[in-house]
Amino acid sequence: MTQLLQAAIIFGTVILFGAIGEIITEKSGNLNLGVPGIMYLGGIAGLVGTFFYESSCAEPNVFLCVVIALVCSITASVLGGLIYSFLTITLRANQNVTGLTLTIFGSGVANFFGGSLNKLAGGVGQISVSATSSGFCKTLPFLRNVSVFSSLGFMVYLAVALAICATLFLTKTRRGLNLRAVGENPATADAAGINVTRYKYLATCIGAAISGLGGLYYTMDYIKGTWANDGSIESLGWLAVALVIFARWKPVHAIWGSYLFGILFWVYLYIPGLSRSSMELFKALPYVVTFIVLIAVSIHKHRESNGPAALGLSYFREDR
Amino acid sequence: MNEPAVSMRDISKTFGTVVANDKVWLDIYRGEVLALLGENGSGKTTLMNMLSGIYYPDSGQITVDGREVSIRSPKDAFDLGIGMIHQHFKLVDVLTAAENIILGLPGKGRLDMKAVAAKIRSICDLYGFDIDPNQKIYDMSVSQKQTVEIVKVLYRGADILILDEPTAVLTPQETDKLFNVLRNMRNDNKAVVIITHKLHEVEEISDRVAVLRHGAFVGDMLTKDTTPSEMTNMMVGHPVSLNIVRPEPENPRPRLTVEGLTVRDADGIVRLDHVSFTANSGEILGIAGVSGSGQKELLEAIAGLQHVESGSITYLDDQKGPESLIGKNPLEISRMGVTLSFVPEDRLGMGLVGAMDLTDNMLLRSFRKGRSLFADRKTPHRLAERVVHDLDVNTPSIDTQVRKLSGGNVQKVLVGREISSAPTVLMTAYAVRGLDINSSYTIYDLITKQKQQGVAVIYVGEDLDVLVELCDRILVLCGGRVSGIVDGRNTSKREVGLMMTKLGGEAGK
Repeated sequence: MTQLLQAAIIFGTVILFGAIGEIITEKSGNLNLGVPGIMYLGGIAGLVGTFFYESSCAEPNVFLCVVIALVCSITASVLGGLIYSFLTITLRANQNVTGLTLTIFGSGVANFFGGSLNKLAGGVGQISVSATSSGFCKTLPFLRNVSVFSSLGFMVYLAVALAICATLFLTKTRRGLNLRAVGENPATADAAGINVTRYKYLATCIGAAISGLGGLYYTMDYIKGTWANDGSIESLGWLAVALVIFARWKPVHAIWGSYLFGILFWVYLYIPGLSRSSMELFKALPYVVTFIVLIAVSIHKHRESNGPAALGLSYFREDR
Repeated sequence: MNEPAVSMRDISKTFGTVVANDKVWLDIYRGEVLALLGENGSGKTTLMNMLSGIYYPDSGQITVDGREVSIRSPKDAFDLGIGMIHQHFKLVDVLTAAENIILGLPGKGRLDMKAVAAKIRSICDLYGFDIDPNQKIYDMSVSQKQTVEIVKVLYRGADILILDEPTAVLTPQETDKLFNVLRNMRNDNKAVVIITHKLHEVEEISDRVAVLRHGAFVGDMLTKDTTPSEMTNMMVGHPVSLNIVRPEPENPRPRLTVEGLTVRDADGIVRLDHVSFTANSGEILGIAGVSGSGQKELLEAIAGLQHVESGSITYLDDQKGPESLIGKNPLEISRMGVTLSFVPEDRLGMGLVGAMDLTDNMLLRSFRKGRSLFADRKTPHRLAERVVHDLDVNTPSIDTQVRKLSGGNVQKVLVGREISSAPTVLMTAYAVRGLDINSSYTIYDLITKQKQQGVAVIYVGEDLDVLVELCDRILVLCGGRVSGIVDGRNTSKREVGLMMTKLGGEAGK
């Protein structure tokens, strides 16, 4: 049980980062389907940065490793968010197409550099940034002996803190109120004197930075500072998008939602006698739950639990 | 006279090839209500949008309190004390009144909703508003939403207020309340501009009138020195008769009877509750009611678009005798000659396809006719040309997409098409919604002509002045029930207004 919970929390943290970032982005009315791509970018950038640092000196400083990883990851993710913002906000391109393209772009870039790094390191699966990874895997000293928390890295708590901060920001602050208005009804926000373009850009880029941390957590803690050219970050990215809907655009709900997704994802390991094909069916459980939530909410038609009204639409003031 | 609060000089604005404003001059004074009059598309809203920062003028200058200013965004407008209440409310549905009011304002990062609510209440007390700061917008009636809009502008410290057709959606009682508030503001030395095309309101509330025609300024005068016919002439450019001719119904015979009609919506809420009436041929039956009292459901039930829970709808054909409409599909019903032209708030929602041109929209009614594999496009094309000619539709060509036409012209196309199908029962809802005087009277004429040809007309309207002038009988709905049916010749706006808000009018007090 403890094992399942631990696995669920670690799994959940990856998608929790992705979902918090996407919630902030979507609150500005931007439906960024590029989350998987941005998580790829965030993951690979952190890895590349620390790989070069670790291979350039004999005894890498663990704290510096973590800082380099975070800075590289956030920079790359924000760049991804900027590409998306420029295309959809300034050029008013279709958000769905742009987002999907960004996902393909991100996974391509990441897998290209991941492959190259492996080559530099001497072959497939050879890359490893052990110092950085050990930094990310450090547990909180006072929780070291408490069963579930015994192997959780600091980013697990960072994700929870970010979710709580994001909720407070959205509900209790002036800027949060303005941001919600931009996503609900940009024309109204504009008429109220809110700089819609700035809010959209900032929310998308900050959201991307947070989503990208999910990718970083995946490479550094989840697979312990290595790289694999499989599609796992992408499938986690889509789960993050599903989690946004599951959490009804409320970051605090994303916390338990992400852990629930984690449990649902891993539960097949704890059910005896499953064949390989039925395992895959069990891995689809998080999506099934999202469907059920969608249906339940559509039946109730509760206004507050719907997504932002202007989600997916571009805004142009002089549109007649 | 004192210095103007706002002066606009030589203001021009074009959208593509369309000139919306052409060298307009306008002065706005404090302590005065200015009515800005003009037909649809005469550039009233565009002109005011340039004051509120939505649009930026191509040329010309604006001075506020004698200082030349450049208003580049709504924020600039607020900083100058200019606030506009738009025709389509700019409110976020899922937020509360208070949240909407403080939206976009500078201040401490952390929100203090209690202090905000207290300040809102003090503004409400000062001018006589009645709103709950913590109520969500989606729970509010149209008039409450409008109140929130006005308080929002006042909260920002505006002393120059612009209201774009504020009474279009209000009942007479609500309008009276609004006008009282506006008078309080004028006495508080604020400048108030009200955009409208209802002349009796101009006379009731304004101190001065300014008239625009085709984007150009025609003139302004004191309200007490002018008359409705002078104002209309200035708006239209030529004399117009403002009387609705109401001929006596000729040989009225029951055409459509509705008995105990009950309709529930998808959420199971009763929208119509035992509604009974008869529509006669050669007669206009008006339907009045606060918006959302079941007008839409009633027409849709007759047209076969709504599921009917109980009751009967019977069509009485002179030759074939009675026939029930319940259980028939909309196509069968419209073949029997019962047509519906519904003009929703967004005008294009029902009946016309915005992205298609005039011919194709005419074709929507007739594409099933004929046996050829290909649709007949010639007849609809001729029909489109006839509608454009007869109703004086202002369109670049027959091949223009309907959504590119101005609202009034869209409505003419819709009503023109429905009338052309030679119906025996013509149902229209909000046929003149947002139309200027000239176009409205064209539509009233068309409807009256249909009545004279023996059509049973069911006319759902918002403007009570028109209802009592145009209709032979008026059915008043109140919360989905029939509040009463009155004779159009022996009733007053007041009586109908009271019946709209209380079942049976004053008797219910």
